[in-house]
Parts: sequence; structure tokens; C-alpha cells
Amino acid sequence: MSVETPALRLEGIVKTFPGVRALDGVSFSVMPGEVHALMGENGAGKSTLMKVLGGILQPNEGRIYIGEEPAVMRTPLEAKAKGIVFIHQELSLAEELTVAENIYLGELPRKRFGLVDWATLERRTNDILSKLKVTFDARTRVGDLSIANQQMVEIARALTVEAKAVIFDEPTASLTDAEKVVLFDVIADLQSQGVGIIYISHRMEEIFKITDRISVLRDGQYRGTLETAQTDEEEVTQLMIGRTLDLSRNVSHHALGDVALEVRGLTCGDLYADVSFEVRRGEVLGFYGLVGAGRTEIAETLFGLRDPSAGTILLDGEETVIRSPVDAIAKGISLVPEDRKGQGLVLGMNCRDNMTLPQVDDLKAGPFVAEGSEIAIFDQYRDKLDIRTPGWKQTVGNLSGGNQQKIVIGKWLSMHPNVLIVDEPTRGIDVGSKSEIHNLIRELAAQGYAVIVISSEMPEVLHVSDRIIAMYSGRIMRTFTSDEVTEDNLIQAISGIRSEGQVA
Amino acid sequence: MQAGTLSTFLKRGAIWGFILLELVFFTVAGEFLSLSEKAFMDLDNMLLLFKQSAPIGIIAMGMTIIMVNGNIDLSVGATYALSAIVLLDSMTWPIFGGMGDWAIPMAWLAALATGTLLGALNGLIVWKTGVDAFIVTLGSMLGYRGLVFMYNGEQPTSHLNWTLVDFAEAQFLGIHTATWFLLAVTAAIWFLMNRTVHGRNAYAIGDNREAAVNAGIKVGPHMMINFMIIGFLAALSAVVFYSESGSVNPNDGELYELWVITAVVLGGTKLTGGAGSIVSTFGGVLAIQLLRKGLSHIGADTETVNLVIGLILIAVLFLDRQLNLKGKEELKT
Amino acid sequence: MAHITKRDLGGQIARQGILIAFVLFMVGFSLANARFLDPDNIMGVVRSSAILGVMALGVTFVVISGNLDLSVGSMMSFSTIVVLDLHDKIGPTLAIPAMFAMTLCLGAFIGFLVGYLKLNSLIVTLGMLSAIHGLTLTYSGGQNMDIADKEGTWFSVFGQGEIIGIPVPILLFALLAAVLGIGLAKTPFGRKVYAVGGNGTAATFSGIPRARVVFSCYLVSAFCVATAGLIQASRSLGSQNTVGQGLELEVLAAVILGGASLMGGSGTIFKTVIGVLILGFIQNGLLLVGLQFYVQYVVTWVIIILAVWLDIAAKRGRLWSPIA
Repeated sequence: MSVETPALRLEGIVKTFPGVRALDGVSFSVMPGEVHALMGENGAGKSTLMKVLGGILQPNEGRIYIGEEPAVMRTPLEAKAKGIVFIHQELSLAEELTVAENIYLGELPRKRFGLVDWATLERRTNDILSKLKVTFDARTRVGDLSIANQQMVEIARALTVEAKAVIFDEPTASLTDAEKVVLFDVIADLQSQGVGIIYISHRMEEIFKITDRISVLRDGQYRGTLETAQTDEEEVTQLMIGRTLDLSRNVSHHALGDVALEVRGLTCGDLYADVSFEVRRGEVLGFYGLVGAGRTEIAETLFGLRDPSAGTILLDGEETVIRSPVDAIAKGISLVPEDRKGQGLVLGMNCRDNMTLPQVDDLKAGPFVAEGSEIAIFDQYRDKLDIRTPGWKQTVGNLSGGNQQKIVIGKWLSMHPNVLIVDEPTRGIDVGSKSEIHNLIRELAAQGYAVIVISSEMPEVLHVSDRIIAMYSGRIMRTFTSDEVTEDNLIQAISGIRSEGQVA
Repeated sequence: MQAGTLSTFLKRGAIWGFILLELVFFTVAGEFLSLSEKAFMDLDNMLLLFKQSAPIGIIAMGMTIIMVNGNIDLSVGATYALSAIVLLDSMTWPIFGGMGDWAIPMAWLAALATGTLLGALNGLIVWKTGVDAFIVTLGSMLGYRGLVFMYNGEQPTSHLNWTLVDFAEAQFLGIHTATWFLLAVTAAIWFLMNRTVHGRNAYAIGDNREAAVNAGIKVGPHMMINFMIIGFLAALSAVVFYSESGSVNPNDGELYELWVITAVVLGGTKLTGGAGSIVSTFGGVLAIQLLRKGLSHIGADTETVNLVIGLILIAVLFLDRQLNLKGKEELKT
Repeated sequence: MAHITKRDLGGQIARQGILIAFVLFMVGFSLANARFLDPDNIMGVVRSSAILGVMALGVTFVVISGNLDLSVGSMMSFSTIVVLDLHDKIGPTLAIPAMFAMTLCLGAFIGFLVGYLKLNSLIVTLGMLSAIHGLTLTYSGGQNMDIADKEGTWFSVFGQGEIIGIPVPILLFALLAAVLGIGLAKTPFGRKVYAVGGNGTAATFSGIPRARVVFSCYLVSAFCVATAGLIQASRSLGSQNTVGQGLELEVLAAVILGGASLMGGSGTIFKTVIGVLILGFIQNGLLLVGLQFYVQYVVTWVIIILAVWLDIAAKRGRLWSPIA
């Protein structure tokens, strides 16, 4: 690197929330024309850092320099005016408005009397859209676009100003390969204009393809910057998680019992088709695949939340129809859902009430809820799962992610199910709690539960499963035993590559 | 053709289809049931229909912006009554006394200022306290009504000014003064919503508030302006109506919020904000008035109107939901 | 950490704010007029609050489950008219259960629309407000309804009677408040109501039949409305079609004043009772100091907004909203 002035430089950024130090003295810089990857596990502080840069949050300490000027950005608009553009991961579009209005949201060109200058708006928008080579025009309603095209609208926003630095937060999460190529062209284009780019992604292959340097955050702290050309995945991972990535497979096997659940040719509209598998007592069956591969939808069907359009479900060898969650629970199926806060917990309720919610009808003393037995259940699972909370009266919303997840798991364990389905058991949970939950899942299988684990994290699925089902686009590609699975054949399977022979 | 254009067209067109249905139904049913000799689709009858739509219609235009913006205003009926009192009473005030007919525009100004002020107060509270607009306007619906009563007790407030009555009863190009006001307001609000930065930002706020905030749109002032507009329009509606009638009871305007919201929802404005069209609201207003007139035309009791409109409102909601269902594989939550 | 403690303190004050305000009101009015704390006066206030109060109990269930009920006012008019009409036609013994059955049918209809069909409760009950009003007018032909023999019926006991010196309306209110209060706080059904209102999706994922819970809440509300209609009819033995008009908003005001969130998941029967009493005592106090009944509207407006504002201010830790 030459001694150029960085396009953007951070110095000792600290951001605290009540009780948490989300960013702890983060410093790094982005050179003009550089693609700089920012990596870190969930919860490492990437989003907080980006919000600070985007003017959504104010840092408690530290400085931001744009070029040589120290900059204070109180609002997103101010950040944008100073040349820092933030492209959100969660789409922040107004669906009822047109593409043009969304791209220039908050900055519609005006004529006299506060009128919108539609001609200018459309001309500028179509200029930008032509650079992106998209198939829609300025007047299209955003709600009528596909998710990928909406993402392109989001990206188009970056091109409305003379950007000094552009932040991409997981931009490829919903893009097809062809759309990715266009995106990378756009990035290269920005790069050639001397714009500094911060690129946040979990996808190693992208990082190594397009970035120049990689900076890593862990637990809110800056852990260092690597030259992409001189490093490899292992080094980056080690920096991210503070140790080498544990890709060890599960080796312990329990004696397997009878088949608890069998599914034959299960189909649900366009979501997934012709899914067949079985899971035995004492077995952990892993479902691995990309987001949108249909795994969660299968779980929801088994829990009575979706009606399958074809296929049969057998519980203990008996054909059955599961009409509703009530029905599923009665038949011994439990689901720890993927969205802990949205689907798993009533955040405003206390720990005890959340834990006993599914069985509150059965815990009765006369017409009343038997609070004594409720507390007994809570205490039992608090001890068993090591849930750290001041007491059962604590509102669940005040607990950490890991403890919240244990409440959800405890809720379902206390129902003594035959089949336990766990969807993304460790999403957004710190490393320590993660391995606890993994051990717990193995333990449950040892006790004779039939467990299904759905995960998007390869280490997790390798770690806990006796068998792994790889899904791609709503179909089962292959089933592996833990002895035959390798990282490579698993990745191939979830990418839609059918047999190993063809690849090799 | 872009995907979704057809369904949008159907949705936008639905209210006009409904109006057509009403017209056909009442015309045909009127042939058999009506006691009067006059046809339902009589020109005078239709002109009167527009005139009678005006008081609700003018407020409904304001409610459309409020709801597109993601809020609601339950206090419009009380604002309407209070502005009416100011309108009629101010003409007897000593300061305006010596002005002859010039007292009329002054009284109008006073009434419109009253409405705008009451709206601004609602808007300011919503903006500054962050209390939900539903609760704020539920409160001010009671509070403003209390002010109405405090003004003149339970007595009606009356002042008949013949110049004013002549103006209100005039017909220009065959169309009543009230109708002209309704048309002008519809055009003005349509222009505001579709052509100005304020209008487009109001849509953006209702559609995705967080995105609007992140894009630097000042949510508070936009909301406040919209509350001022609906307050102004409630007052304008009172000006149009009471110029002619000349007497206001303290209970006047009660349940107006219900009629107005019904018209707006019939017009297809989304309850959660972000989508809604002024033209469709205009259709919703006409549909309600047609129903009232039609039912009385075929000899149904006036009481039936409430029943029918309530059920139609629910039916519209039900149809909207059925049209938006994604199929039986959908998540059952 | 000091910062958090301070916020908790503020939260505590805001949480108890409604009780504090209640006490301040009582003290203020009793200083202004000695008759205010007279037992007869207090009894009178509670009695005249009973109808509003009974309705507020039911609406509390609906609001905690995350919905609204704006139809209770016109539904109460309906109950009153129906029971008065049937009184002379089939006698009070049959008229009362018949009226309850009809009112519960209306509640079930709303519950079906909101619970099972998942329609927006604001619009559904707004529509039902209008529809039931029309139904009542059609039923009565727009006429006032009066009992023919006002002296000779035992029907007047619900509105005018006394048991051991306590007016029956108060007893009915207290009894319903106790039963529903315990039901909400202590039974599995009550727990489910809170869960459905707090997070409906999570409730479904926990195997709680959300639709049935919402449906039941509207039944509870309709039952309370029928009871209110019974008291109203029995008290006056004659009624206009519009007797309950506008009550839905006063009821909602009382429930909100009691601290239930319109988002659902919070509120208690006890707090609602306090909310009802505050409204009743304000009205009474203002009358006693010589102000007209409509001044209470203005006062109610101010305290509703203050109450809700302070509540959310305590939750967000700052007085003014962060809206730009």
C-alpha cells in the first residue's frame, strides 16, 4: 500500500448499550479503490459498527475520518451527504412506491412549491439503472419486483451520490449467480472510481474473490487486518472465533431405538417436494442446506403449521395427519422454532410462564393454574439446562440470547416429546452457550429422544448429527452418515450437485 | 405488462364496480319497489347525491392522507362540530359586527383556523409524546366534544345569514356549491398526494417507517402537517354544511369518524398505511351515499342503512383477505 | 448502573402513577367539597359507574388479547331494547336468558370474524357498531321501548334493588370483577389470553389455539355487555335506541387509563376497575364543585394522554418521543 490518505478511517470507536459494550475501541481504515472485507461471527459487532458509520447510531467514544476531515454523522442523511452510503441487508424499501422514489427516498428532486420534479427523477434513475443492467425501469412499483431485484434497487441507492465509501451488508444473500456477477461488476466499477468499499459477508469464496484486505471483529473488539492474497480461510476463521474451526464430526453413537418418525413423499406446494426420511429414537438427524432450501417448512409441516399437499407422516409406524400445533403436541412432536423472539417466546412474560405455556392446561389445581408445579418445572429445567436468571419472575425479554434459547428448549423438553425438532438452535448465541447447547442435543439423543436439528452452520450440523440430510431447493439431495460425510461432499450436495462422480 | 398490474387494477377498480352494481340494483329494484314515480338515476337525484356526499367526502380526503401516513383520526366529528360553532357564533361577535357581509369571510377564516389548530394539537401530541394516534385522537374526540359543550352548554348555536344561505344553495353550472367544494378538495388532495414531496414522503412513512427515517425523512413534521390538513378539512366541511343550515347542535358530527373511515376503507386504503388512493376514496364516499339514497329509494327503512353499511364494511375486509390468501400451504399462524 | 436504577424508579412511579393520580384526585375533591367522601356519595358514584365498569371488564379481555371492541356501546343498546321488549312479551324469567343468548350470538359473530377469519378488529367492530345499531333500530322500529307495568315487575331488582344495603348493580359489578379478575390472573385461559396478546405467533408455536382464545374473549365481552344492558334496562324500565351510544369510547378510555396496552399482552382487571372508578369520581367531583358533566370529557382527555404518555415514557427511558 502506498501512503495515500484512507477514504475512511475509524479510530477507537466505542459504543455501549445498557449492560453491553457492543464496540470496544475499533479502529481500521479503508483506502480509496479498495474492497475491504469486514468479518466476524454473529454478535461480533459488525452491524453496530455499520450503524455507527451510517449515522444511525452515535459512538460513545472515538473518531471517524472521511478523507482527512474528522466527521460527525448524526443522521443517515448526513452520512450520505458526506459520501458514506450504507446498503442494508434487510431491505429498507417502501413497496408501494416506485423504483425511482425508493432510490431517491428522502431526497426527491424538487421544483417550486415543493413539487416533485418527476422528469429529473426519472432521468437520473434510468441512468443509474442502465449501469446496473437491470430489466425494470424507474416507474416500476417496488412491491412487484423479485427480492433480488429489490436488492438491486437498494444497491442503486449507492450510486445517487458521489460516494467516498460504500458499505455492503451481506449483499448477495438473496442474489442468483447471474445477479452476483452484475453486483461484482458494480463493485469493480465503484472501485475504479476510487471509492472505498466495505464488504460484509459470511461467504468465504466471495471474500477471497473480490476483496483486497480483511478486517476481523470478535466480541466487539478489533482483531486485526489481513491481506487477502496472503491469507487463507483457516487463518481468517481462527481470527474470527479465537481458535481453529472445529469441523469435527460426531463420533459417539448411541444404541438406536425404533423409528419414531417416518416421512414418505411429503410435498408442500412449491416449498419442498417428495421428501422422505426417518428418524429413530436415540438419533440426531441433521438437516443442512442454504436458507430457503425448504428445511424450516418441513419442520413447520411436521408441527401442524402447514398442510402438506401430498405424502404421508408416520409416527411410531402409524400413519397420521397433523392438523395443528395442538395436534402435534398431543402426538409427541415439539418444535424449537428458528425465530426465537418472534416465534419462540412471549418476550413480555416471565420465565416460568413462558416455559410452561404449552402445558398450562394440564397444570391445574381445581380451575386454577397450579403455580407450585409450574415453579417446580421451571426450577428443574433451570438447573438441568443451567439457565442463568435471577428468578422465574424475570421477564424473558431481559435475558441473553443463550438463556432465552434454553428457556425455549426447556419449554419443549418439559413436554417429554417423542420427536424434538430444533431449528437453528444456536443462531445469534455466543460461542460458550453454543457448545453447551450442542452437548445438550447429544445428551437428549442419548436419553432416547428422536432429535431433528436444522442448521445453516456446517460445524454445528457436523458436530451433533448421526446422519445428515442435505437439501437443495426443496429436495433432498443426499443422506450422509456421520462416517461418510466430508465438508466437500456436503457443500456439493447443498449446492445442487448430484453425485460425486460427476464432479470428480 | 408487469406482474401485479392486473391485480392492482382490479383492486383500484373494485369500488367503481361496486358503485355500478349499486346503480343497477337500485334502478331495477326501484322499478318494482319504489313508491315514487321518479327514476333512481334521475339527474337531479344524482346531483343531490353529490351535494349530500360533500360533508363526509371532504373529511374523507383528509382521512386518506392520515391513514396512508399510518395514523388514524377519531376526533374529526368533534372538530367538525367545534368549527361549526365558531363559524356561526363568530358572525355575532362585536368585532365582526360592523363589517356587514365581510363578517362572512372572517367567520370562515375563524372556523378554518379553529379546525387547523385542533388538528395541529393532535399532530403535535402524536409527534412529541410518541403516543399512538388512535389513543391521542380517542382522547381528543372526548376532549374536543367537551369543548363543544362548554361553548354553549347543551343549547344549539344558531345564526342564519341569508347571504351565506344563498351562497350555499347556489348552483354553478348546475352543480351545488357543496359539490364544487368536494371536487376542489379532491383535486387538491390528489395533487398533494401524488405530485408533491410532502405527499410522496407521507406514503413512504406509512409504507416503511424505518426506511423513511433512515433516508432522513422528518416523520414528525409530515405527520403534524397531515393532522393540520384533516383538521382544516373537517372545518371546511363544517363551513360548507352550516353555511346553509345555520344551526349546530352540540351532538352534531357524532359518528362522523365512523362514516369517514368506512368510506376510506371501502376505497381500499390499507389499514397499516402506505397505500391508498384519493380517487378510490372518492368512490368510497359516493358508494356510501348511493347506498343511503338507494335504500330509501326502494322504500327500506332508514335504519337499515346502518346495518347494511356495517356489514358491507366487514364483507369488504373479508374479500380483501380472501384475495390476498397465498394458498393452502401457507403458514397457519 | 446508576442510570438503570433511576429508570427503574421512574418506571415504578409511572406504573403506580394511575393509583397516585387516583389518590390525588380523591384528596383534591374532598378538600374542595366535604360531601365528596360521604359514604352515600361514594356509593352513588360506584353505582353509576357500574354499567360502564361491567362493560370495561369484558373489553379488558379483548384488549389484552391484542384486539379492540368498539361495538360494545351499540351492543348494549341492543341488549337493553331486546330485554325490555321481551319482558312484556314472554315475561322477565324468559326474557333475560333470551337476551343473553342473542347478545352472545353477536359476540360470537365478532369473535368468529376476528378470531377465526383474522380480520382487523378495529374495522370489524366499527362495522358492527353500525350494524348492531341498525339491527336495534330495525328491531324496535325506531321507537322507544317501555315496560307496560313499571310498578308490578320484579325485573327492576337488577338496577334498583339493594341487598344488605348495597345496590345490586354494585354487587353485580363486584361479583363479575372478582370472577373475571381471578379468571384472568389465575386460570389457564387467562394465561393464554396474555400469551396471545403478547405474541400471537409464539402462542401458536406453543400450541395455543389462538383463534379460540380470541373468540372466547369476545364472548366474555358480550356477556359483560348483556349484563350491562340488563342493569340499564332494569334501572330505567324504558329506553331509547341510543342508550349505549358513545359508551364504547368511554369504556376504552377506562381500560387504557387502567394501563392496558392497545398492543395487547398487558393490563389487569384490578387496574381496569381503578380506571373506571377514576372516571366516575372525576365526573362526580366536577359536578360537586359545580361544573357541568361535559367538563369531564376535557379532563378525561388530558388524563388519558398523560397516563399513556408517562407509561411509554417510562418504558423508553425518556419523556419526549425520539420521532424526528
